This record gives sequence, C-alpha cells and structure tokens, in this order.
Amino acid sequence: MRNTFISTLCSLATLHKNIFLLCGDLGFSVLEPFADQFPDRYLNVGIAEQNMTQVAVGLAFEGYNVFTYSIGNFPTLRCIEQIRYDVCYHEANVKIVAVGAGYAYGSQGVSHHTTEDLAILRSLPNMTVCSPSDPVEAKAAAYFMAEHKGPAYIRLNKTGEECIHDPTLDLHIAPGRLIEIQPGKDSAILATGTILSQVIEEVRQAGENWAVFSAPFIGGYDPIELIKLAMRFKNLYTIEEHQLNGGFGSSIIEALSDLYSNKKLNRMPYVHRIAIPNQFLSVSGSQHYLRTIAGLTVSNYFD
Amino acid sequence: MNLHTFAKQIRLLALELCFSKNTSHIGSAFSVADIVAVLYGDLLNISSSTRQHPDRDRLFYSKGHACTALYAALDLRGFFEPGALLRDFTSDGSYFTAHVNHHLPGVELSTGSLGHALGVACGVALAAKRKQQSYAVFAILSDGELDEGSNWEAILFAAHNQLDNINLIIDYNKLQSFGTVAEVMNLEPLKDKFHAFNWSVFEVNGHSITDLQEVLRTVKTTCSGQPKCIIAHTIKGKGVSFMENQLLWHYKSPKEIDYYAARAELEAS
Repeated sequence: MRNTFISTLCSLATLHKNIFLLCGDLGFSVLEPFADQFPDRYLNVGIAEQNMTQVAVGLAFEGYNVFTYSIGNFPTLRCIEQIRYDVCYHEANVKIVAVGAGYAYGSQGVSHHTTEDLAILRSLPNMTVCSPSDPVEAKAAAYFMAEHKGPAYIRLNKTGEECIHDPTLDLHIAPGRLIEIQPGKDSAILATGTILSQVIEEVRQAGENWAVFSAPFIGGYDPIELIKLAMRFKNLYTIEEHQLNGGFGSSIIEALSDLYSNKKLNRMPYVHRIAIPNQFLSVSGSQHYLRTIAGLTVSNYFD
Repeated sequence: MNLHTFAKQIRLLALELCFSKNTSHIGSAFSVADIVAVLYGDLLNISSSTRQHPDRDRLFYSKGHACTALYAALDLRGFFEPGALLRDFTSDGSYFTAHVNHHLPGVELSTGSLGHALGVACGVALAAKRKQQSYAVFAILSDGELDEGSNWEAILFAAHNQLDNINLIIDYNKLQSFGTVAEVMNLEPLKDKFHAFNWSVFEVNGHSITDLQEVLRTVKTTCSGQPKCIIAHTIKGKGVSFMENQLLWHYKSPKEIDYYAARAELEAS
C-alpha cells in the first residue's frame, strides 16, 4: 500500500503543483519515481526528523502541500513537539506519512513497532488522522490529502496487502465516516488499518453473521452515523493494531459516551476493545505472529 | 530613523511591559534589543502594510521568551493597534502571550519552545530557492538554545543545501538558565563549529549599532553558496547597570524601585 500511496501521489503531483515530498532518508526503492519526476519538489533531508518536520512547516508557509515520509515512530513520536507546536498550532499544510503501522516491521524489534501513534497524534488539535485498511483506501487517502489543507497523519502498513475494496471502484473516504464492508446482525466489528482483512477472514471462517466496518479515519465521527450504528448493534467490537490506551477503540467509546451523556443516544452498546494490552513485545516475529500473541483476534468473541 | 533612539525606545517599552505586567526575561530582551532595532529600523524589507507581501524579508525569532523586545519593535513600527500592547500584554484573552505568538501581526512563527525557528527558516529559505524568490531569511537564536539538537540538524541541512539566503544571528550573551553557558554546556569554540559545518561566520559587537548595520548589510547582500552565521557578542541586561550580566534578571520582574532606576538610566543613555 505504500507503493500505491506514493504512485498515486506521483500522479496527483502532476496536477497539484504544490505537492512537495520530504523524506528522512528512508523509502529506498519506493520514492524514486516521485524524486525522478519532480526533482524540484522532492528532498531527502537526511536522518533528522525534527528538522524534516520544521522544514516542512517552512515550505508549507510558502504555499506547498508538504508530505514528510519515514518509518513508523520516526516522523511522528521522534518529533512530536515539532508536530504539536509547529505543524498543528500553526495549522501548517503538512501531511505526515508513516509506513510500518503496528507490527508491519515485526521482526525489526520494538524500535520499529508503531503502536502508540494513533493515541498520541489524535490528541493534537487540528490534526486529521488517517489509517487506511488496504491499497484502495490508501489511494483514496492520497486523493483526499492532495485536496485537504491542514495537518494530517497517514498511517500506512507496508507492502503486499490484499485489496478489500474493489480496486476498479472510485472509492472516496472522508473524516468521520465509516465504510460498511459487509452487513450483519446483532454484532458489528469496527476495524482500522490492515488488520481489517484478517477480521473479514475470521468472520467468514466462523460463518458468523456479523457486520464489518472499516474506519479509514480516527476521530471526528459523524454523530448520526454513530447513533445509527448504536441502534443497529448491541455489541460493537473495535480492533486495531495499536495499544489499548487511547487508540481507535477509545475514540469510539468517547464519541458514543458523549452522545449518550448528552441524551442524543438512548442506549449505549457494549463496546469491546481489541487492542495490544499496553505492553511492548520484545520478541521477534512476523506481523501475523505478533498480532496473534498480542491477542489481536475477534475469534474469541464468537459464540 | 535614529537607530540609537529606536533601540532605547525598545528597551524602555520592554521595561514598561515587564514592570507593569510583572513578567520575566527582561535581561534577554535587553541583550537582543540593538539587534532587533537594526533589523526593524533598517535592514528588513517589511512594514505593517507589507507584512504579508510575498517579497517581504522573513524574520524568525527563536528566543520567544524575549518577546518584549520583539513586541516593542513591532509596536513602535506600527504593527499593532496603538496602545494595545501596553494595555493587553499577558492579559486574559489577549494574543500578547509572554512567548511570541503568530496570531499577532508581523510575527512569522510562534516560539517559546527552543530550537524550532531555524528549521522552519530553512524550509522558507528552501522555498525561496525552489521558487527563485529573493527575500532574505533571518533567524535570531539565543546561545543557550544551541544546546537543542534540532538546531544542529538544521545547521547541517542549511549548509548541505547551500541555503545562502539564511542569516542566523546568535545573541551570545553567555548566560543561560542555570549559569554561564561555559558552565552549563560550553559552546566554544563556537566560530570554529560553524566553520566546520560549512557556514560563513561573522562576529560582531551586538551592541554597536554601526557594526551591526555593517555586518547585517553585508550578509544580506552576499550570497556565496554558504549560509551565514553572525555571532553577536552581547551582554544580558545591556543598558541598565544593575541588570548587566546578572543571571537573576533572566527571571526577576522589575519592582517599582528597579523600574524607576532602570528608566532613569535608559533615558539618560
């Protein structure tokens, strides 16, 4: 999906002359097409994410729509204060692109496990958080970000993801909107990121009649959509490749609880959060293995 | 414009602000006052009517804690509604925060967390290169904030990318939060460090208006492929004898007795 995102960004950069791509010396064999086509709107800033983010803000002040690109925690947590103060406070037109969501770089160790980013970034004012589930959503995310003015974060997995959505469809994604992947009764699973494909397979194998939704954006949910969801389903299961604290599931509970407290919602559904149980995984492993030992599965909840 | 008078007015207004609103960092404001006076009184191609013009020079004021010097200069140059600064500085609901705020006219970047402005200035300088624009980019940093690693990332970056439209002024008053720079985190040999990072380096007496004018005019008109660093040797608290070189005035706000004594000294200067 990172290649899809970058190739889409390349095609968009032809039309959108303000797109600028900065990389922190990562993205070898991925970013070259952009660098070759748009040398005047590309720069490798070296392994210096604080400066990359600050340079992005300066370029954004001068009219560019700047994408910073690196792996997981580096363009995000490593320079979180630059993101807070320079990008978000100044509402700078900067998009942070991180590859290696969750355990996508599983065997590389905890340095490369991107498992707290959603909680931290979604707490920042003016920040739009995007977490596509497949290459089709990643492409739609690139289209959205080319038009969107202001700070955003795009959390990409890595490579080899299957398409969940029909790639021939012109998918549009927007903050606050969930996408219904399959209908069902009584229970619904809300997933963000590429763990969605695993969830669909688990439901299929178990033969359960559960609905499945994708959440390509975190936070800012459309209240009407959430109320409908709460009326339709008694049980909601959120799943994310991220720590339990403050992540996607928390964002859903917060939004539902606010609606319930404000009497916009008559009945709270049971919200079951499936996430990493607030711990580091010190062992090596494939993405599949680490997801399993972190307990990231919906199968335990089937009857 | 008489720049000596302008610098004196900046100090008097900064003093008034720190006294009337009981705020800190007057020593830092006095240290940088002459530099700010030369920039806003002479060198910078900017005014309240051109503050958003694409060709204006850009100043990034990294030592946001010394806000009173910048606010005073902008106020004296007519960027703010008359009387608003003295009335509203640090008041409830005012944009005049005690660290520099970009919601105010003429302020390019909010600062207060150290080590942010030089990297942003690099981005703005890079944009000028890519778009072939000729505005100058100035950044004013304190000496203490050179402890921040982000500055050294930006220092590497500016030289590597030959951003010769960047003019970095270091307000080298040699005092930081807990003591002298030499004691807390020695920067010396500072000039050699910048040379080693492939910058052009200039040294100047940061309180000589004529020397500052000369060196800043030189750097603004020189583009030789290297970014430029101007090490301005300054005195914390400059202009008021009992504040000069005193760490205490990094924190202390002037009481009535200090205020009148300081005002008398400044007015007599």
